[in-house]
Amino acid sequence: MAETILFYIFAIGVLFAGAQVVLRRNPVHGALSLVACFFFLAGTYVLLAAHLIAILQIMVYAGAVMVLFVFVIMLLNLKDEELGTPRRTIWKGIGLVSVVGATGAVAWRGLGSAYDSVLAHGAATQLTDMAKHTLPGAPFGSLKAVAHAVYLNSVLPFELTSLLLLVAVVGAVVVAKGKI
Amino acid sequence: MNLQACLLLSSGLFCVGLYGLLTRRNAIGILLSIEVMANAANLNFVAFSRYSGAGYGQVFALFVLALTVAEVAVGLALVMALFRSHRDALVELASAFRH
Repeated sequence: MAETILFYIFAIGVLFAGAQVVLRRNPVHGALSLVACFFFLAGTYVLLAAHLIAILQIMVYAGAVMVLFVFVIMLLNLKDEELGTPRRTIWKGIGLVSVVGATGAVAWRGLGSAYDSVLAHGAATQLTDMAKHTLPGAPFGSLKAVAHAVYLNSVLPFELTSLLLLVAVVGAVVVAKGKI
Repeated sequence: MNLQACLLLSSGLFCVGLYGLLTRRNAIGILLSIEVMANAANLNFVAFSRYSGAGYGQVFALFVLALTVAEVAVGLALVMALFRSHRDALVELASAFRH
Protein backbone atom coordinates (compact mmCIF):
# COMPACT_ATOMS: atom_id res chain seq x y z
CA MET A 1 0.00 0.00 0.00
CA ALA A 2 2.81 2.37 0.89
CA GLU A 3 4.48 1.45 -2.38
CA THR A 4 1.40 2.45 -4.33
CA ILE A 5 1.16 5.83 -2.61
CA LEU A 6 4.88 6.44 -3.14
CA PHE A 7 4.57 5.44 -6.79
CA TYR A 8 1.79 7.94 -7.41
CA ILE A 9 3.74 10.68 -5.62
CA PHE A 10 6.77 9.93 -7.78
CA ALA A 11 4.63 9.73 -10.92
CA ILE A 12 3.09 13.14 -10.29
CA GLY A 13 6.57 14.51 -9.61
CA VAL A 14 7.97 13.04 -12.80
CA LEU A 15 5.18 14.43 -14.96
CA PHE A 16 5.22 17.84 -13.29
CA ALA A 17 9.00 18.19 -13.59
CA GLY A 18 8.89 16.94 -17.18
CA ALA A 19 6.27 19.54 -18.04
CA GLN A 20 8.47 22.19 -16.45
CA VAL A 21 11.39 21.05 -18.64
CA VAL A 22 9.28 21.54 -21.73
CA LEU A 23 7.45 24.71 -20.78
CA ARG A 24 10.16 26.85 -19.18
CA ARG A 25 11.81 29.19 -21.63
CA ASN A 26 15.01 29.66 -19.68
CA PRO A 27 17.34 26.69 -20.40
CA VAL A 28 18.82 26.78 -16.88
CA HIS A 29 15.37 26.34 -15.35
CA GLY A 30 14.68 23.53 -17.80
CA ALA A 31 17.92 21.73 -16.94
CA LEU A 32 17.30 22.00 -13.20
CA SER A 33 13.73 20.72 -13.65
CA LEU A 34 15.20 17.79 -15.55
CA VAL A 35 17.41 17.01 -12.54
CA ALA A 36 14.27 16.90 -10.38
CA CYS A 37 12.61 14.66 -12.98
CA PHE A 38 15.57 12.26 -12.85
CA PHE A 39 15.42 12.07 -9.06
CA PHE A 40 11.71 11.18 -9.15
CA LEU A 41 12.41 8.59 -11.86
CA ALA A 42 15.14 7.09 -9.67
CA GLY A 43 12.48 6.75 -6.97
CA THR A 44 10.25 4.77 -9.32
CA TYR A 45 13.21 2.55 -10.24
CA VAL A 46 13.73 1.79 -6.56
CA LEU A 47 10.05 0.86 -6.30
CA LEU A 48 10.58 -1.45 -9.29
CA ALA A 49 13.45 -3.15 -7.37
CA ALA A 50 16.07 -1.90 -9.86
CA HIS A 51 18.42 -0.42 -7.30
CA LEU A 52 21.52 -0.37 -9.48
CA ILE A 53 19.71 1.48 -12.27
CA ALA A 54 18.39 4.00 -9.74
CA ILE A 55 21.87 4.75 -8.38
CA LEU A 56 23.32 5.00 -11.89
CA GLN A 57 20.45 7.26 -12.91
CA ILE A 58 21.37 9.71 -10.17
CA MET A 59 25.13 9.46 -10.66
CA VAL A 60 25.27 9.51 -14.45
CA TYR A 61 22.24 11.59 -15.44
CA ALA A 62 21.72 13.95 -12.53
CA GLY A 63 25.45 14.13 -11.96
CA ALA A 64 27.46 13.97 -15.15
CA VAL A 65 25.02 14.72 -17.96
CA MET A 66 23.28 17.61 -16.27
CA VAL A 67 26.59 19.16 -15.22
CA LEU A 68 27.56 19.05 -18.89
CA PHE A 69 24.25 20.68 -19.86
CA VAL A 70 24.48 23.45 -17.29
CA PHE A 71 28.12 24.01 -18.15
CA VAL A 72 27.32 24.55 -21.83
CA ILE A 73 24.33 26.77 -21.00
CA MET A 74 26.49 28.94 -18.78
CA LEU A 75 29.22 28.99 -21.41
CA LEU A 76 26.81 30.18 -24.10
CA ASN A 77 25.40 32.73 -21.62
CA LEU A 78 21.97 32.94 -23.21
CA LYS A 79 20.34 36.19 -22.15
CA ASP A 80 16.62 36.71 -21.92
CA GLU A 81 16.57 39.02 -24.91
CA GLU A 82 18.27 36.36 -26.98
CA LEU A 83 15.59 33.88 -26.01
CA GLY A 84 12.97 35.98 -27.77
CA THR A 85 9.43 36.67 -26.71
CA PRO A 86 7.11 33.73 -26.05
CA ARG A 87 4.89 33.10 -29.01
CA ARG A 88 1.46 31.61 -28.68
CA THR A 89 0.74 30.25 -32.10
CA ILE A 90 -2.11 28.05 -33.21
CA TRP A 91 0.39 25.27 -33.83
CA LYS A 92 1.27 25.02 -30.16
CA GLY A 93 -2.41 24.54 -29.36
CA ILE A 94 -2.70 21.88 -32.04
CA GLY A 95 0.42 20.16 -30.70
CA LEU A 96 -0.94 20.19 -27.15
CA VAL A 97 -4.26 18.74 -28.23
CA SER A 98 -2.60 15.99 -30.27
CA VAL A 99 -0.19 15.10 -27.45
CA VAL A 100 -3.01 14.81 -24.93
CA GLY A 101 -5.04 12.86 -27.48
CA ALA A 102 -2.17 10.48 -28.22
CA THR A 103 -1.58 9.80 -24.53
CA GLY A 104 -5.27 9.21 -23.99
CA ALA A 105 -5.50 6.90 -26.99
CA VAL A 106 -2.50 4.87 -25.78
CA ALA A 107 -3.95 4.66 -22.30
CA TRP A 108 -7.39 3.72 -23.52
CA ARG A 109 -6.56 1.26 -26.29
CA GLY A 110 -3.15 -0.08 -25.47
CA LEU A 111 -3.05 -0.50 -21.73
CA GLY A 112 -6.23 -2.46 -21.26
CA SER A 113 -5.89 -6.20 -21.30
CA ALA A 114 -3.34 -6.36 -24.12
CA TYR A 115 -0.19 -6.38 -22.01
CA ASP A 116 -1.66 -8.80 -19.52
CA SER A 117 -2.22 -11.40 -22.19
CA VAL A 118 1.21 -10.76 -23.71
CA LEU A 119 2.93 -11.24 -20.38
CA ALA A 120 0.88 -14.26 -19.41
CA HIS A 121 1.53 -15.83 -22.80
CA GLY A 122 5.22 -15.07 -23.09
CA ALA A 123 6.34 -15.16 -19.49
CA ALA A 124 6.26 -18.92 -19.07
CA THR A 125 8.68 -19.69 -21.88
CA GLN A 126 10.87 -16.65 -21.21
CA LEU A 127 11.28 -17.32 -17.51
CA THR A 128 12.50 -20.86 -17.95
CA ASP A 129 14.83 -19.67 -20.70
CA MET A 130 16.25 -16.82 -18.63
CA ALA A 131 16.46 -18.83 -15.44
CA LYS A 132 19.38 -20.75 -16.87
CA HIS A 133 21.38 -17.55 -17.18
CA THR A 134 20.67 -16.05 -13.79
CA LEU A 135 22.73 -16.88 -10.76
CA PRO A 136 21.18 -18.56 -7.76
CA GLY A 137 21.49 -16.33 -4.73
CA ALA A 138 21.50 -13.10 -6.74
CA PRO A 139 18.13 -11.41 -6.25
CA PHE A 140 16.46 -9.45 -9.02
CA GLY A 141 18.02 -6.07 -9.62
CA SER A 142 21.06 -6.64 -7.46
CA LEU A 143 24.51 -5.67 -8.65
CA LYS A 144 25.49 -9.30 -8.95
CA ALA A 145 22.54 -10.22 -11.15
CA VAL A 146 22.91 -7.22 -13.47
CA ALA A 147 26.67 -7.65 -13.71
CA HIS A 148 26.18 -11.31 -14.55
CA ALA A 149 23.74 -10.37 -17.31
CA VAL A 150 26.03 -7.66 -18.71
CA TYR A 151 29.45 -9.26 -18.55
CA LEU A 152 28.60 -12.85 -19.30
CA ASN A 153 25.62 -12.76 -21.63
CA SER A 154 25.92 -9.35 -23.31
CA VAL A 155 29.65 -8.96 -23.77
CA LEU A 156 29.53 -7.99 -27.43
CA PRO A 157 26.97 -5.16 -27.02
CA PHE A 158 28.96 -3.98 -24.02
CA GLU A 159 32.15 -3.72 -26.04
CA LEU A 160 30.27 -2.05 -28.89
CA THR A 161 28.99 0.50 -26.37
CA SER A 162 32.54 1.37 -25.41
CA LEU A 163 33.32 1.79 -29.11
CA LEU A 164 30.26 4.05 -29.46
CA LEU A 165 31.44 6.22 -26.58
CA LEU A 166 34.90 6.48 -28.15
CA VAL A 167 33.37 7.56 -31.47
CA ALA A 168 31.16 10.08 -29.67
CA VAL A 169 34.10 11.60 -27.84
CA VAL A 170 36.16 11.93 -31.02
CA GLY A 171 33.16 13.35 -32.89
CA ALA A 172 32.40 15.86 -30.15
CA VAL A 173 36.00 17.09 -30.16
CA VAL A 174 36.07 17.39 -33.94
CA VAL A 175 32.74 19.24 -34.13
CA ALA A 176 33.31 21.57 -31.19
CA LYS A 177 36.89 22.47 -31.92
CA GLY A 178 36.46 23.50 -35.54
CA LYS A 179 40.07 23.41 -36.62
CA ILE A 180 42.20 20.54 -35.43
CA MET B 1 1.13 -0.16 -8.56
CA ASN B 2 1.19 -2.50 -11.51
CA LEU B 3 2.63 -2.70 -14.99
CA GLN B 4 -0.15 -0.62 -16.49
CA ALA B 5 0.56 2.29 -14.14
CA CYS B 6 4.23 2.25 -15.10
CA LEU B 7 3.42 2.11 -18.81
CA LEU B 8 0.91 4.94 -18.45
CA LEU B 9 3.48 7.08 -16.66
CA SER B 10 6.04 6.26 -19.32
CA SER B 11 3.72 7.10 -22.21
CA GLY B 12 2.76 10.36 -20.55
CA LEU B 13 6.39 11.31 -20.05
CA PHE B 14 7.18 10.38 -23.65
CA CYS B 15 4.36 12.57 -24.96
CA VAL B 16 5.53 15.48 -22.80
CA GLY B 17 9.00 15.12 -24.32
CA LEU B 18 7.52 14.86 -27.79
CA TYR B 19 5.59 18.08 -27.28
CA GLY B 20 8.79 19.82 -26.22
CA LEU B 21 10.68 18.38 -29.17
CA LEU B 22 8.08 19.72 -31.58
CA THR B 23 7.63 23.17 -30.07
CA ARG B 24 11.08 24.27 -28.93
CA ARG B 25 13.28 26.19 -31.33
CA ASN B 26 16.27 26.41 -29.04
CA ALA B 27 18.69 23.53 -29.67
CA ILE B 28 19.35 23.08 -25.96
CA GLY B 29 15.62 22.81 -25.29
CA ILE B 30 15.36 20.15 -27.97
CA LEU B 31 18.21 18.16 -26.38
CA LEU B 32 16.48 18.39 -22.99
CA SER B 33 13.24 17.09 -24.54
CA ILE B 34 15.11 14.17 -26.11
CA GLU B 35 16.49 13.35 -22.66
CA VAL B 36 12.94 13.23 -21.30
CA MET B 37 11.86 10.87 -24.10
CA ALA B 38 14.86 8.57 -23.59
CA ASN B 39 14.07 8.34 -19.91
CA ALA B 40 10.48 7.40 -20.69
CA ALA B 41 11.79 4.53 -22.82
CA ASN B 42 14.14 3.56 -20.01
CA LEU B 43 11.27 3.37 -17.56
CA ASN B 44 9.53 1.00 -19.97
CA PHE B 45 12.57 -1.27 -20.09
CA VAL B 46 12.85 -1.43 -16.31
CA ALA B 47 9.11 -1.96 -15.82
CA PHE B 48 8.93 -4.82 -18.33
CA SER B 49 12.06 -6.33 -16.84
CA ARG B 50 10.48 -6.23 -13.41
CA TYR B 51 7.15 -7.70 -14.37
CA SER B 52 8.47 -10.40 -16.69
CA GLY B 53 11.06 -11.47 -14.13
CA ALA B 54 13.96 -11.47 -16.56
CA GLY B 55 16.86 -9.19 -15.70
CA TYR B 56 17.77 -8.37 -19.27
CA GLY B 57 15.65 -5.25 -19.40
CA GLN B 58 18.02 -3.65 -16.94
CA VAL B 59 20.91 -4.36 -19.30
CA PHE B 60 18.99 -2.52 -22.00
CA ALA B 61 18.46 0.34 -19.55
CA LEU B 62 22.22 0.53 -19.01
CA PHE B 63 22.82 0.65 -22.75
CA VAL B 64 20.24 3.41 -23.14
CA LEU B 65 22.14 5.31 -20.44
CA ALA B 66 25.39 5.07 -22.41
CA LEU B 67 23.59 5.95 -25.64
CA THR B 68 22.08 9.13 -24.24
CA VAL B 69 25.43 10.17 -22.78
CA ALA B 70 27.01 9.86 -26.23
CA GLU B 71 24.08 11.71 -27.80
CA VAL B 72 24.35 14.57 -25.31
CA ALA B 73 28.10 14.90 -25.89
CA VAL B 74 27.72 15.13 -29.66
CA GLY B 75 24.58 17.28 -29.44
CA LEU B 76 26.17 19.83 -27.13
CA ALA B 77 29.23 19.95 -29.38
CA LEU B 78 26.89 20.77 -32.28
CA VAL B 79 25.24 23.48 -30.17
CA MET B 80 28.67 24.94 -29.44
CA ALA B 81 29.56 24.97 -33.13
CA LEU B 82 26.19 26.52 -33.98
CA PHE B 83 26.58 29.21 -31.37
CA ARG B 84 30.12 30.02 -32.41
CA SER B 85 29.16 30.61 -36.03
CA HIS B 86 25.80 32.37 -35.51
CA ARG B 87 25.82 33.70 -31.91
CA ASP B 88 22.53 31.87 -31.40
CA ALA B 89 21.31 28.35 -30.82
CA LEU B 90 18.16 28.20 -32.92
CA VAL B 91 17.94 24.97 -34.87
CA GLU B 92 16.89 26.50 -38.16
CA LEU B 93 20.30 28.15 -38.35
CA ALA B 94 21.85 24.70 -38.60
CA SER B 95 20.87 24.44 -42.27
CA ALA B 96 24.02 26.48 -42.95
CA PHE B 97 26.06 23.42 -41.89
CA ARG B 98 25.15 21.67 -45.11
CA HIS B 99 27.83 23.56 -47.00
